[in-house]
Amino acid sequence: MYKNVSIRYALDWTTIFLYVALILMGWVSIYGASYNFDQASIFDFSQRAGKQFLWILTAFAIGGVLLLIDAKMYNIFAYFIYVGAVLLLFATIFLAHDIKGSRSWLVLGPISFQPAELAKMATALALAKYMSAYNYKLKTWKDLVPLGLIIFIPFILIIFQNETGTALVYVAFLLMLYREGMNGIILLIGTFAVALFITIIKLSIVPIQVDRGTLGMVLGMAFILLIQVGYAVFYCKNQKEALILLLGTLVIGAASYVLNSWFYLNYNYVAIFTVVASCIYWLFVELFNRYRKYWFLILFSLGSVLFSFSADYLFSNVLEEHQQVRIKVLLNMDNAPLGAGYNVNQSKIAIGSGGFWGKGFLNGTQTKLKFVPEQDTDFIFCTVGEEHGFLGSTLVLFVYWLLLMRILRMAERQHDPFSRVYAYCVASILFFHLMINIGMVLGIMPVIGIPLPFFSYGGSSLWGFTILLFTLLRLDAARSER
Amino acid sequence: MINDTLQNRRYVISIIMSAVIVVYILRLFTIQIIDTKYKNGADSNAFLKKTQFPPRGLIYDRKHTLLVYNKPAYDIALIFREIHDLDTIAFCKALNIDKQYFLNRIAEIKDYRKNPGYSTYTPQIFMTQLGIENIATIQQSMYKYPGFYIQSRTLREYAFHTAAHVLGSIGEVSQTKIDNDDYYKQGDFAGRDGIEKTYEEQLRGEKGVEILLRDAKGRIKGKYENGKEDIAPKAGQNLTLTLDVQLQMLAEKLLTGKVGSVVAIEPSTGEILAMACSPSFDPSILVGRQRSKNYMQLVNDPTKPLINRATQALYSPGSSFKTLQALVLQQMGGINEHTLFACNGPETYPIKCTHHHGSPVNLLSAVQESCNPYFWNAFKVTVEKNGYGPRNINFRTTYDEWVNRVKSFGLGEKFTDSDIYEQSRGYIPTQKFYNKVYRSEKGWRAITIRSNSIGQGEILATPLQMANLMCAISNEGRYISPHLNKCDSMLKKVHYCKVDKKYFPIVFEAMWRVFEYGTARSSKIEGIDMCGKTGTADNSHGKPHSVFVGFAPRVHPKIAIAVVVENAGYGSTYAAPIFSLLMDQYLKGKITRTDLEERTINTVTNSNVQER
Repeated sequence: MYKNVSIRYALDWTTIFLYVALILMGWVSIYGASYNFDQASIFDFSQRAGKQFLWILTAFAIGGVLLLIDAKMYNIFAYFIYVGAVLLLFATIFLAHDIKGSRSWLVLGPISFQPAELAKMATALALAKYMSAYNYKLKTWKDLVPLGLIIFIPFILIIFQNETGTALVYVAFLLMLYREGMNGIILLIGTFAVALFITIIKLSIVPIQVDRGTLGMVLGMAFILLIQVGYAVFYCKNQKEALILLLGTLVIGAASYVLNSWFYLNYNYVAIFTVVASCIYWLFVELFNRYRKYWFLILFSLGSVLFSFSADYLFSNVLEEHQQVRIKVLLNMDNAPLGAGYNVNQSKIAIGSGGFWGKGFLNGTQTKLKFVPEQDTDFIFCTVGEEHGFLGSTLVLFVYWLLLMRILRMAERQHDPFSRVYAYCVASILFFHLMINIGMVLGIMPVIGIPLPFFSYGGSSLWGFTILLFTLLRLDAARSER
Repeated sequence: MINDTLQNRRYVISIIMSAVIVVYILRLFTIQIIDTKYKNGADSNAFLKKTQFPPRGLIYDRKHTLLVYNKPAYDIALIFREIHDLDTIAFCKALNIDKQYFLNRIAEIKDYRKNPGYSTYTPQIFMTQLGIENIATIQQSMYKYPGFYIQSRTLREYAFHTAAHVLGSIGEVSQTKIDNDDYYKQGDFAGRDGIEKTYEEQLRGEKGVEILLRDAKGRIKGKYENGKEDIAPKAGQNLTLTLDVQLQMLAEKLLTGKVGSVVAIEPSTGEILAMACSPSFDPSILVGRQRSKNYMQLVNDPTKPLINRATQALYSPGSSFKTLQALVLQQMGGINEHTLFACNGPETYPIKCTHHHGSPVNLLSAVQESCNPYFWNAFKVTVEKNGYGPRNINFRTTYDEWVNRVKSFGLGEKFTDSDIYEQSRGYIPTQKFYNKVYRSEKGWRAITIRSNSIGQGEILATPLQMANLMCAISNEGRYISPHLNKCDSMLKKVHYCKVDKKYFPIVFEAMWRVFEYGTARSSKIEGIDMCGKTGTADNSHGKPHSVFVGFAPRVHPKIAIAVVVENAGYGSTYAAPIFSLLMDQYLKGKITRTDLEERTINTVTNSNVQER
């Protein structure tokens, strides 16, 4: 049965081609972003582009070494690598110097390295190993707990390093879990929670009748009621109950409006009362008709009410001030062009000024004039947008899309669940980085400082992503060795 | 092996990923092609943030007389990228500079080491702080020189040419300051010394920003959203000083031709009424383009006019220290008002007396007559009150107590809660100092440090500290840190001295007698009960320094003054008349003894002092 296929033929050269293409485009963009007129060579090692060239060469070397390791080793050593990475993360909290509040960089002579970049790959390996165990099935909540732990330990350690953005990347594993059998409702509830949060926060500044509640809360509650109606009509095929619910809501709404002429009623509480009343109604429907279908709806509604209550609290008490500001900027609640929204505003102008064709290589004024901060790391996509316009930006996005689709395809052709789970982890991580980073630059995601894979300046992240990807390539190359 | 029902989920995931990328491409399409807010045709927009400098806060004196205000000044800035077809000759002529200067300036701007913020895209300062007269010619022809801009800012202007050291000056910020404080940018100005430095943050106000739009070629296209987002500069806060400008000017006038200083404080509040030193200079010479030239002249002047002698120069307080000594020695129980000591005049050992009076003397006459042997004996008795003990331990402990009580009058340390930027700490020698100098804890005794008893030797104080000492004495052991900003918060900085009230009357009496019967008889002003003490501080640089300290009136004192004239001679001859004339001015509002005033002004003790 054992077949030893030469790696030259088994290797997925398409992925390598896309990888090299992205790295080269990134390198050129870094050169453009840090270009300042007087020195011109892209190989000037005192400049960022020159340094990136060194990182690229070392990354290729690392990739090559990874391909030489026997694929079985990754499976065998998965837990060791994970434990090692966790210990390294833990040690980093104490060893690292404080760089702008973050304690995540280990300095070894001339090289600074972020262990958090390595931890992503280690976590992916550990997850793959655990989930590929014989007879493992992701079915009940109980199956999720150990996985949650594997994800949570590095997550919380990275939070302690003050790298909230990097820690958030671990949310991406949900996508892989979904593929492996996690109930899709979790993704839906997550999406709903984000929508509810945005509605409540964004509209919490819009008052109703001066001081009688906020539009955010009332709309949020209306949102929940609407989902109840939809659930009743489409899932339970029970239009009568839905109608009663709608009528009840209208009656309570109208009554409170009329009462408000004489008394002081806060619509926020009226709305919450309505949702709670609807839950009691569903409870009766459930008990008297023995439908056994509405438990989930009741739990969901009450959970949402609790979440809405805590959203405000969460926002103003748990989030730090700069995080609040970033969300406000995103929701257009804080508009000063020189205030907190400056970065995003500048990056939008830089990209917007690129037009269709772009201004041409090295001709971008926005990025050259250093209007855009962090223009060679987190905001690197600005340079592409400004100098290469819609055409260039779309091309870059397209190459990323090709890469993601290629990885998904690789994932599905694996016979071994270990490799498949790992491949989905890689796809999820790359996708999450791409979504957050470019979303941030385009002003549709909050400012979360995580790099654009293969593009942003910096050895640590480039190595991290290279290790992530080449491990997958090695596993994939061994797919027919059985 | 592969869960088939879950296989379809790969499509869900592909769709989510593709959807996000499609949304992003649509978003790119919107901001790059549809939305014109981010661009003008094929050209690009860029913000040009033009700093609007706020007017600096004005400075008033205690009677609300305007001392310092602002006058307009102009900078010429350039953006290299925008310069084309420059007629250098005409440009230089319009600015009244020669071509070599022009070339040097350009070379300096382009030098990365001298100008780390250099960029061909951003404004660089070409010439700074030009007056209206300098730019009048070029202003009309500015359109001929694309790439050059005029930026306005303000310069300091002085209503009175006085109090240079108190007010301080403004200069370009250093690179370290720029690194440490986000507010400052290359080429900004900030207070460098004096009040301008201490109250920099109040005085400077807040810079405003005018947001202009620029196209790819750098041409200004107008205001961003019609100036909706501009931030107006916030003017600096005005400052009211505790100075009385009339008294300040008189003090400086009286110091003409001498090296020395005068500090006058209101004892009840610690407010500094005048703080003058000589040699001094006109503060307006350190403003604008002539600043660096004049500054170098001041630096090179051998009489060192840049030093604020009132707060930085150290002098032995000499006999004026005896007032404090009388208080502390009583408090420590070494003597009381009836204690007598013998004085053999010039023959007394180890410290001779320079005055002629009866013997034995009591404390009152000793202060009044400034009897050195009395204070030496009293000091010896006090610090030896517990004997010496093993390894001098008792003696050293007693000495520590003496140091501690003396320092409680504001000597030997800076006034850290004050707003005076330049201060010396003075010196009251500690036990540690002597242990080191005499190489052991037993190496020194009362006799070794005898000069401390009469305010000579290692004891050093600034004129500010001497004036503050007078405040503390006149308030019967309490003082408010001397300060320059007239505001309530400064009045809370009260310090209590470690001498009981009951020991003060005898010192008041003695200091009053100095004016009635003693060395300052000739400086008394009729109708005012004045208290004072002369000092003649020996030093190694020639004639002794002439010192006079005191306060008036004796009850509810309104003003305490310290006068030091360097290398002049007796305290009563040089310092006392200055003291007396200042009292006249402050308490009576005018000087009646104009002949004394004229004589004092014309007395020259140091011929090197130049008028500036």
